[in-house]
Amino acid sequence: MKEYTITVFSENNIGLLNEVTIVLSRRKINIESLTVSESEVKGVSRYTIVVYMDESKVENVVLQIEKIIGVFKAIYFEAEEIVHQEVALFKIANSDKLNGNLEALVRNHGAKILTVSPTFLVIERVGYKADNQELFHELEQYGVLQFARSGRVAVSTSQKDFTSYLKELAEAS
Amino acid sequence: MELATKTQNTDTMCKNTEHLSGAEILIRSLIEEQVDNIFGYTGGAIMPVYDALYDHQDELQHYQARHEQGATHAAQAYARISKKPGVCFTTSGPGATNVLTGLADAYLDSTPLVIITGQVPSGFLGSDAFQETNMIGLSMPVTKWNFQITKAEEIAEVMAKAFYIARSGRPGPVLIDITKDAQITTTDYKYKKCENVRSYQPMPDLDMSQVEAAAALINGAKKPLLLAGQGILLSGAEKELMEFVEKTQIPVACTLLGLSSFPTDHPLYTGMLGMHGNYGPNMNTNKCDVLIAVGMRFDDRVTGNTAKYAKQAKIVHIDIDRSEHNKNIKVDVPLLADAKQALSELNKLVSGAEKPEWMQSFKDYYQLEFDKVIKKQAYSDKEKINMAEVVRTVSEQTNGEAILCSDVGQNQMASARYYKFKKPNTQITSGGLGTMGFGLPAAIGAQIGDKDAKVVSISGDGGFQMTLQELAMIRQYNLPVKTIVLNNSFLGMVRQWQDLFFEQRFSCTKLDNPDFVKIVEGYGIQAKRVSKREDLDAAINEMLESPNAYFLEVVVETESNVLPMIAPGAAVSEMRLE
Ligand SMILES: Cc1ncc(C[n+]2csc(CCOP(=O)(O)OP(=O)(O)O)c2C)c(N)n1
Ligand SMILES: [Mg+2]
Repeated sequence: MKEYTITVFSENNIGLLNEVTIVLSRRKINIESLTVSESEVKGVSRYTIVVYMDESKVENVVLQIEKIIGVFKAIYFEAEEIVHQEVALFKIANSDKLNGNLEALVRNHGAKILTVSPTFLVIERVGYKADNQELFHELEQYGVLQFARSGRVAVSTSQKDFTSYLKELAEAS
Repeated sequence: MELATKTQNTDTMCKNTEHLSGAEILIRSLIEEQVDNIFGYTGGAIMPVYDALYDHQDELQHYQARHEQGATHAAQAYARISKKPGVCFTTSGPGATNVLTGLADAYLDSTPLVIITGQVPSGFLGSDAFQETNMIGLSMPVTKWNFQITKAEEIAEVMAKAFYIARSGRPGPVLIDITKDAQITTTDYKYKKCENVRSYQPMPDLDMSQVEAAAALINGAKKPLLLAGQGILLSGAEKELMEFVEKTQIPVACTLLGLSSFPTDHPLYTGMLGMHGNYGPNMNTNKCDVLIAVGMRFDDRVTGNTAKYAKQAKIVHIDIDRSEHNKNIKVDVPLLADAKQALSELNKLVSGAEKPEWMQSFKDYYQLEFDKVIKKQAYSDKEKINMAEVVRTVSEQTNGEAILCSDVGQNQMASARYYKFKKPNTQITSGGLGTMGFGLPAAIGAQIGDKDAKVVSISGDGGFQMTLQELAMIRQYNLPVKTIVLNNSFLGMVRQWQDLFFEQRFSCTKLDNPDFVKIVEGYGIQAKRVSKREDLDAAINEMLESPNAYFLEVVVETESNVLPMIAPGAAVSEMRLE
């Protein structure tokens, strides 16, 4: 079992996400994280899916995703082939007990305070999942009311130029 | 002046577009797609479509099944024989869920279907309204594409796309779910055929360097073997296959669904592959040096244990579906194209001499199989008739030229093994899904697909009872379908596995059957039963000579097992003869 990041480009159609996840769920592959939003081309969605799976099966899984009508392209990457990040938001109760230590902690972790209200403050950190998790543990002493994080977003390190490829596709329609 | 131009514009618009109900648009879309036969079953949510059909009965013949599953299997066989997508109408809810088996069957066997299911009005979607089922969700894993129409304006474009997707590339079933309000509202209508979908490439570009690599392997082969799959029939590549084989002198073996893509009486034909296929092609799969797989997908019923499958061979794999390459078996040269295109390109580059020793090894294996199996089954001297001799007799009396529709179980394997197919595209069976009850409705669809053909349906006593209500279609539409039930009073194929792998513990496989002859007579179809060998020839002759529908029950031996066999988990070369 290995970690793969699968990037999928598709039409922005109802039900397509369901079709993509069926390819994974019928093989009992769990989705570790999933992010879907519009790509640089209007009407084309970009998915970033993180899965752990068998090396021998990943190529076929990606081809089966690509076969779905509505999917333009599906590609899989290993860890060293991508640059990736996640966003984490932490909501902490505001109180007198918060002192300079919190600010130092936030700064040391490369995070920032987004919002301060009389009752709570919200801290944001962009980075790797493990580092966001570490910040969560350190914040626990202050009482974390909520901790939300996005799935992974990733771009590949290879030369491939998806932007012009997708634009060509969109123009061809 | 300005006013004049405006009226002119509206005038020309009126000439090209018409204002029609959604149901009428749907029917006209079918006519635009050259549909002339439809299978279906009505109900509340599809009534407007049926009402629109009423005005087009001279252009569209509707065949009323007695169960929606029967309608889908008939549509599947119709599609395979007529080479046009099969079309079905059903209502929402139970009518729609009844098509799921047919969809799954068509999906696995790459059969083009356009299934139109009615749906509750769009305002009720998601409310658990009467007869509301989420057909898009339910059918997603078993369709090539599906779509829910909620507005009349969508119909023409979606129908065009549905037909384009169903029949292009690797064919498959499409389901269109259409809400009742979309059938009733009116809108402007203009039909435009679909010629491309931007996220879908049905005919990929064939890489010529791969064709050359394949040709080099083929031309250098000493012991090559060609595996012929349904892709040959789907792409209409029978002539290209013949040319290829005669140029290269390569022996041919067919998959179950590839049967009839190559004539069984050709000297280079070596038999069927797989679990109950012929001994020679299975054994020699693990002896050949080059394996050329054409339009087949290395199904586990063909490969047996994949870890011991053709390890010594270089493999060329022609398939139009890229996700089939390297899925089950790692291949050396994948050719991404349909069988017709790939074979015609290869035909420019290949040649080869006769391979007498290699061919002799197939003959030797056949002799072994004949002595140990075929002689005992197809020419049985036991008291009870064997299934194999029934099929052999039908084959001889039809000269292997009838369309044979088989069901699932021992009867299917006997049909595949002992019918000597001579004409292309004359076998209809359920391969990937192995759906009991497929055979009879399939025979009906096949007969409708080719009115002049002699169509013979062979089923077991179990499978026949899963869809026998469709006998009513045979009667109602005066179809001269010949139906044979091989009655062994058992779920024979499961009994065989209990016999071989479950210590003869025959759990729930004995059938206490009704009087089939009486039942069939109740449908107004001539029916007869035979149980003695001396009556068999004449009975089959009487059936085949009848200008009308005819039913023949043959009481056959219960204890007989289909052999040879590749046991589950065994290699193709470990096939057992007894
Ligand atoms: C719908 C369905 N249910 C169950 C099975 C499992 N199955 C495969 S073969 C078989 C026995 C078929 O019995 P029969 O139709 O009498 O044919 P025979 O093998 O006796 O020729 C069964 C139960 C199936 N393939 N399809
Ligand atoms: Mg039986």
